[in-house]
Order: sequence, then structure tokens, then C-alpha cells
Amino acid sequence: MKKWLNLKSTAGIVLITVALIALPFVAAMGGQAWVRIVNFAILYVFLALGLNIVVGFAGLLDLGYIAFYAVGAYTWALLASPHFGLHWPIWAILPIGALVACVFGVLLGSPTLKLRGDYLAIVTLGFGEIVRIFLNNLNAPFNITNGPQGITLIDPVMFGDFKFSGTTQIFGLAISGPQKYYFLLVALAILVILINLRLQHSRIGRAWQAIREDEIAAKAVGINTRNVKLLAFAMGASFGGVAGGIFSAMQGFVSPESFSLIESIMVLAMVVLGGMGHIPGVILGAVLLTILPEVLRYGIGPLQMFVFGNVLIDPESLRMLIFGLSLVLVMRYKPTGLWPSPGRRHGVDAVGGAS
Amino acid sequence: MLEVTGLHVAYGGIQAVRSITFHVNQGETVALIGANGAGKSSTLKAIARVISAVGGDVHFCGQKIGHLAPHDIIRQGIALVPEGRGVFPRLTVADNLGMGAYIRDDTVNIAVDLEKVYSYFPRLKERAGQLAGTLSGGEQQMLAIGRALMSRPKLLLLDEPSMGLAPIMVQKIFEVVRAVAADGMTTLLIEQNARLALESSQRAYVMESGEISLNGESTALLHDPKVRAAYLGE
Repeated sequence: MKKWLNLKSTAGIVLITVALIALPFVAAMGGQAWVRIVNFAILYVFLALGLNIVVGFAGLLDLGYIAFYAVGAYTWALLASPHFGLHWPIWAILPIGALVACVFGVLLGSPTLKLRGDYLAIVTLGFGEIVRIFLNNLNAPFNITNGPQGITLIDPVMFGDFKFSGTTQIFGLAISGPQKYYFLLVALAILVILINLRLQHSRIGRAWQAIREDEIAAKAVGINTRNVKLLAFAMGASFGGVAGGIFSAMQGFVSPESFSLIESIMVLAMVVLGGMGHIPGVILGAVLLTILPEVLRYGIGPLQMFVFGNVLIDPESLRMLIFGLSLVLVMRYKPTGLWPSPGRRHGVDAVGGAS
Repeated sequence: MLEVTGLHVAYGGIQAVRSITFHVNQGETVALIGANGAGKSSTLKAIARVISAVGGDVHFCGQKIGHLAPHDIIRQGIALVPEGRGVFPRLTVADNLGMGAYIRDDTVNIAVDLEKVYSYFPRLKERAGQLAGTLSGGEQQMLAIGRALMSRPKLLLLDEPSMGLAPIMVQKIFEVVRAVAADGMTTLLIEQNARLALESSQRAYVMESGEISLNGESTALLHDPKVRAAYLGE
């Protein structure tokens, strides 16, 4: 039985690996735009997993999560662009971005320690807006963020001379910029997923769950709720910071309008729709909510042409309608998300949880 | 073992506990009884530091604990079973009990204590893999007590264990409370059900609007005409 399972999981891993390697080349058949969409899906997986720590594990409703993404993006933009004339290498900026986002996480976390639910949501929402408005206005008296114009000509990711922008020939194969970023993102995503899996089953992970379930009881069993909550904010924020850095490098351009409230809400929707607190569910939610609107964007026009012979309804408005409707339907029929954590298993393994 | 001197608790301007003094000796079960709103639960919460006292001292095993953070109380050996049970509903019974041993890392002894909790409450063993939120009220109370025992405390604080439970469940819970006490656990029991509390303890304090109005041997209080009239409904 066990051997068979191993065989099955090995086969699964091989299949997934092949699929992951083939994906950017398959997507490129539909144009490089699709590779970029796939890249964004992975970036949102980062964000959703980061937010999942705060919302899913620790149960703290955060509506300003995109602020950490913004902080990471601007950290990269400022340290690797002609704006300040700095061109620092990735191994310096990415950790700095994560660290700065982490500091912002603690900054948001510390005044909200005693808040829960709706109240916490409102404060975090305000925090997200404050960060965006600061980015929008920090061009005077000293020009730090270049205001609404944003920062341009941001350096791409580079390892030595190897640039991630532009096309390179590897073994006679032309690999485009987005395709190179894809592989970088997949590598980082695997790392992030592994960290999340480890966290979930660690002592910290259990402490987060306890706080989510009952804060007084959590204190009574000896959990330092203040530190553990701050840690959730800090960890979630650093994932957002890393995602922001890569976003900045990938786009070559950042401006405050990329970090509006609707982005925070989208990431939260990914977490909730996928299955709060369940890592595979959250990944599924992020991928679906990034890909689905794009499929609709490109699919609705041609579909109408095919069925009716002409375009009856503006694809853009129909797209959001279908998107919204599907969200409502999922919440109606699958209120715990598309792929929620299964009810725990019985017996030995559960008892082992005590040790 | 536990010395409470001049403990004072207030919520804003409302005085919940007015400078009360009492103690619990090693190995005893002491009950704190009184009507709704007499300040029993506030007293217990202040000892466990879930709320802050305005004044007074709490000493435990000779050490001052009135200034500690709530999560450090259990490290001193005091385990609170919160009012209204407070289990972790979306964790399994076994994981809830595991959380009780959060501050410990002596894996072998934890396993021993887990078996002990299961022997007090066989029902919990049957439901080990079930989510705590799906248990009945009585079973959740058992779980809350079991979880507290998993920290291997020196003193167990029970906040209204009979609250909202069917009489038969209350009997079962108290059988275990007495069994745990008989095994040497020092217990401070807060209870509205005065008869049950007096029958399960050696000594008791009667609280009335934030003050201790009577105290003594539980058996003596059971026969005290004032207690009988006010709390035992006779």
C-alpha cells in the first residue's frame, strides 16, 4: 500500500514538474501576454499565501495587505533605478524589501493588537490607504516617490550579467523575458510554499490557530498573544514585500495606482474563495482569480462572435459581471471555499499532534 | 500555596471585587460561591491575569504573581479553565489537549499525561479525532478541564464548570473534579451551584457584592442557616 502510494506521489511530482516546465512555452503559443498573466498568477500566489498567514492562520482580518506589496515594490524601485541613481544587486534589495515590509507589518500590528474582526478590518483598510496616499504625495518637499508619475526604468532582476529582461538563447532555444521570470517565480513560489507548510505545522502555526480560535484560552495555555500576532503580521508582510520587489523588477515601472484598495480585496478574495487557512486552496484561489478574468477578457468577444455572429454586449462589462456572479455562487454553494482544509483524520495521527 | 490579599477589581467605575483576602492551601479544594455578579469570576480572572486588578497582592508558592503577563501564569503552575469553556472549536480534541501542553517540551511525560486525561474522561479518547466545536457542552467542559491538566499544573482554577450544562453532565464533571482533587490537585473552584461546590470542597468562601461575607469548612457552611436560606434554596 505504502509503496503504491509512493509510486503515485512520485509520478505526481514528475507530472507536475513537466507541466511547470512546459507551461511558459505552451502559454507563449497564445502570445507573451499569456506568459505575463501566468507570472502574475504566481505573484498573486505569493501574496495570497502571505495574507493567508494573517487571515487564515491567525484569524486577523487585514484589508490593507497590498500596502506591504507596495512597500516591497517601492523599496526595489528606489534602490534599483535611475531615480536615486542606485543600482543595487538583487541579493541586497530583496532581503531589504522583505525587511522594510516586515517593519511596516509590525508598525501596523502593534497599534491593532487589541482589535478584532470589523474593527481590525477598518484600521488595516485605513493603513493600506495611508501608504498609497503617502506614495502619491511624497514628491514634495523632497522627491522620494516621484508622486503619481511613479518610478520608471527600474532595473530588471539580474544575476551577474544574466538579465531577466529581453530574450536570451539557451541551447538554441529562444527564451523570452517573461519566460525567464516565470522560472524565477516558480522557484521562489516553491520556496514560499515550503516555508508556509513548515510554518503551519510548527509551534508558531499552532499558536496562530489557537489565537484564531479563542484568544483568552490561548493566553491561558501560555501563548504570548502579542508576540505571536506581531509575528503573523511581520511574516505575512515580508512575503508581500518580496512579491512587490519582483513585481517592480518585472514591470520596470511602479506607481501608486497599482496598490489601490481593490487589490487588497482581490487578494483577500483569493484566500477566502480558495479556502482560508488551507495552503493548496489558497494557491488555487490565487490562480483562478488571476486567470479567470483574463480568460473572460479574451474569450467573451470571440465567443459572442461565434454564437451570435456579432458582439452584442461589451466584453469588459460582461467580464466583471460573470466574475462577480461566479464569486457569489461559490460563496453560496461552497461557503468554506473551493478547497477547504479537510476535517482532521482520526486516531493515531491526531494523538501524535499532542507531542 | 495561593495567597490573595486585598484584591481589588474594578471595571471603569464599577467595583466588582472590593479588597478580598483568602488563601488556598496545598492539596485542598476551595470553593468560591455566591450569586450572579458577586465578583467570583472577576476574582478568578484577576488571579489568572486575564484581567488586571486595581489593587492587592497575589502570591503563589511564595512568589508575587500579580504583575505577570497572562501567558506567564501557566508557567508558574496555575491553569485556568475559562468561563464558558473556551475550547478551540476548529481543532480536534487531541490537538486541543496538545495545546494544553504548549509550554512543555517533555514529549514522554506529555504522552503519559494525555493517557491520564483520557482515563479521567474516556469520552474524550473516543472523540480524539473530532473537531472540538462538534462536541456537546458537557464534553467541551471535559475538554477544557483536560486541556488545563495537560500543563501539569500545581493549581487548577475552575470558572463555573457547571454553567449551562444538563444536570447529569454536571454530576459527571464534578465526579472528575473530585477525582482530580483526590489525586492531590489543588483546586480553586468558582461555582454558582452552591450545594455542589460545597459538597466537592474542603473549605469555601461566600462572596456577596464583591466582598467575602462568610467562610469556613464546606460541611459547616452546608449546614449554616444563612447559607441554606440564601444559596441552597431552603
